[in-house]
Amino acid sequence: MRRLIALTGAFLLAAAPLRAQSIEDQVSTFQLENGMDVVVIEDHRAPAAVHMVWYRAGSADEQPGVSGVAHFLEHLLFKGTEKLEPGEFSEIVKANGGTDNAFTSFDYTAYFQRVAADRLGLMMEMEADRMKNIQLDGEDILTERDVIIEERNQRVENDPGSLFREQRMAAQYLNHAYGRPIIGWRHEMVTLDLDDALAFYRQFYSPNNAVLVVAGDVQPDEVLALAQEHYGPIPRNDDLPERARPSEPPQMGERRITFSDPRVAQPYVIRSYLAPERDPGDQRKAAALTLLAEVLGGSQTSVMPQTLQFEEQRSVYSSAFYNGLALDDTTFGVVNVPAEGVSLEEAEADMDRVIAAFIEDGVDEAQLERIKFQMRASQVYALDSSNSLARRYGAALTSGLTIDDVHAWPDILQSITSDEIIAAAKDVFDRDKAVTGFLRSAEEVTQ
Amino acid sequence: MTFMTKLFAPIAAAVMLATPLRAEIDIVEVESPGGINAWLVEEHSIPFVALELRFKGGASLDLPGKRGATNLMVGLLEEGAADMDSRAFAEAAESLAASFSFDVGDDAVSVSAKFLTENQDEALALLRDALTQPRFDQDAIDRVRAQVVSGVRSDQQDPDFLVGQAFDAKVFGDHPYGSAIEGTEDSVTALTRDDLVAAYKGALARDRVYVGAAGAVSPEDLALMLDKLLGDLPAGGLPQAPDVAVATEAGVTVVPFDVPQSVAIFGHEGLARDDPDFFPAFVLNEILGGGGFEARLMEEVREKRGLTYGVYSYLVPKDNAALYLGRVSSANDRIADAIDVIREEWRKMAENGVTAEELESAKTYLTGAYPLRFDGNGRIANILVGMQMDDLPVDYVNTRNDKVAAITLDDIQRVAARVLKPDALHFVVVGQPVGLDMPSQ
Repeated sequence: MRRLIALTGAFLLAAAPLRAQSIEDQVSTFQLENGMDVVVIEDHRAPAAVHMVWYRAGSADEQPGVSGVAHFLEHLLFKGTEKLEPGEFSEIVKANGGTDNAFTSFDYTAYFQRVAADRLGLMMEMEADRMKNIQLDGEDILTERDVIIEERNQRVENDPGSLFREQRMAAQYLNHAYGRPIIGWRHEMVTLDLDDALAFYRQFYSPNNAVLVVAGDVQPDEVLALAQEHYGPIPRNDDLPERARPSEPPQMGERRITFSDPRVAQPYVIRSYLAPERDPGDQRKAAALTLLAEVLGGSQTSVMPQTLQFEEQRSVYSSAFYNGLALDDTTFGVVNVPAEGVSLEEAEADMDRVIAAFIEDGVDEAQLERIKFQMRASQVYALDSSNSLARRYGAALTSGLTIDDVHAWPDILQSITSDEIIAAAKDVFDRDKAVTGFLRSAEEVTQ
Repeated sequence: MTFMTKLFAPIAAAVMLATPLRAEIDIVEVESPGGINAWLVEEHSIPFVALELRFKGGASLDLPGKRGATNLMVGLLEEGAADMDSRAFAEAAESLAASFSFDVGDDAVSVSAKFLTENQDEALALLRDALTQPRFDQDAIDRVRAQVVSGVRSDQQDPDFLVGQAFDAKVFGDHPYGSAIEGTEDSVTALTRDDLVAAYKGALARDRVYVGAAGAVSPEDLALMLDKLLGDLPAGGLPQAPDVAVATEAGVTVVPFDVPQSVAIFGHEGLARDDPDFFPAFVLNEILGGGGFEARLMEEVREKRGLTYGVYSYLVPKDNAALYLGRVSSANDRIADAIDVIREEWRKMAENGVTAEELESAKTYLTGAYPLRFDGNGRIANILVGMQMDDLPVDYVNTRNDKVAAITLDDIQRVAARVLKPDALHFVVVGQPVGLDMPSQ
């Protein structure tokens, strides 16, 4: 058990006038003897708290052939335990004035409740119960499988943009599980059964594979005491496998996809490049890529929109995007939505021309300073939502990072130079590591 | 990207019932020297201010033949003001790390601002320029118009958009509520700069502005800010849109569209926000189709039968009409079953009301959840402005839970019979539904 000492004397730019209380001052961390991590974020402005349990297990931890089982299991955790009837968990939360839900991503599955702060113990009691004791009925399983298939219909099958994204991700990752959709491939979802769900549950749901995050009107010592009472007795799983997923083979050439669908009204070109993620103790490259995305496409005044939308009026929308929060290699992307009369081939050439000129010309220092100031300000604005802060810590700790990495990140971003951004651009924009996709309407193809 | 167990319920226009618990929130009424009113929650622990402005009227003020004018006008407020072109304006906002967002709905133009205490004077001056001296440069008009047209075209391929559009058109016809606020490709293409200036003058005026603020600012400072920010706006604008009656008949309208999952909106007339029965109706709806798994629709359609990922119902008290709506989506070969179940639940609750246990559980939830809403400056400012637009008294925050607690089973049964109209419950379905090809209505 340890309490992290808040970092002091953190690096500050001379030009940084922002002197808010820092996020770190509000954060305490502990570890229970069974290995469960605990993060407490204090925010005493409202008598509320969010209670979250994050598992270091997401869709990318699934075995081949059962895609979607991590998300399916997430649904099944609401279907009862030895103590609670199906649906009773949410009923109790609601009867206490709270709301609850859960979500699944590539690298984590998380469960949360928002309640009055004095109901925290009850939430922990129930969440601890379903960490080990779910009791599932075969009928419930089949009904809930229908529900996730309707969820897939709603989110993916009804939307050509989502189908296109699935295809691009599958092309990007030949070997790594990021190439499989989180919700699962439909043909595998329809075969998921109780054994599949329980196998995933038994393998990954244990205190030493979980992170408890509590944010709101709470005292760290009280949260720790409650956590010891409710989660402390759960034995650790000593057979927890190491989180080593199959890695990508060297990519030998660009991959290209044209996806056509009569439901597409606005064609666009999008390209993603395999890129490094934030690693523990090693976040500089990811920070440079984060800034690169901002400089290229983060706002109206960034390079791609300025050139393509404002100066040339050849695009309706253009952007760059990167999310460094992932356990394994992630992607850096650029997208260009052409103006009427500009073909996708031309839109692709436009995009490449602007990026090449950017690498040649370098970073506009005034723009970079504006971006860095906005990032400093975002640390102030972030204090307004303890719920978002809770998610920040939960996602980081289940994506391979430590508390120190989370706290170091803002200063690393501030310290990145223009040269590092250009170097990151030269590294990442390698067509041999890219997937280029055209989304177009079916009519256009038949012409 | 994440996938959740349940989709959050759509936020209905004015489910503003839920506001704070007594004592936790101290709302100060502020009046500026120039006569502009605002509500403020002062909170100094974080050095920034959240400011919410609403101009009552919104896209419903579009003049005949100018559909989409207010929407395009609002999109141009951040595209150049005073001596700044769009790039200069954007750079100025970025340099201050201030965030301004401009939005429009059927009944209001919304401005959400967030700015740091350390440069609040500069941030407010910039926002004032956007609100009082927008430029509407022709190149910006052309650029933003192209984005709107692109969005309008995409909407025509989006079943979620199409179903709302079809329902509104059926219910509201020629009233502005009956068409999309973005306009059509033709109407947007035909808009001139003069049209946008007219829409601007019609929509942004002092006689229709509501202000909510939360954060590190004193009432005295806020009062001065209000005059600087809004004092130069014209006193009045266009007259508000007329009221429109809602008349539906039981039945199904199918809009054929090639998607695997059908999307449906259902509903009929609802209740005005100031109707004395609105409170019990709100509680009633919580039990029928509110956000939780325990609501009857969710229980019957999803939990028991697996027919959908989400089904919800919600009261929609707009300024000029009141609706009671619901939403569901199911695979084309299952939507007919989902509709049957929803019809049956609608009728059952209209005839038999709710159980005492359901009412108690809904009341416990609604009163317990109430104080949890006030958990951030942005959210608080939003709630404050919404309360004013709903014409609620400032002490509403102290009486609201008592009003919920006072609702009796008799109230609910009476309101269920009044509000739920199975014989008027109409479904609009977009998709290739199987087993619904009955004649419309």
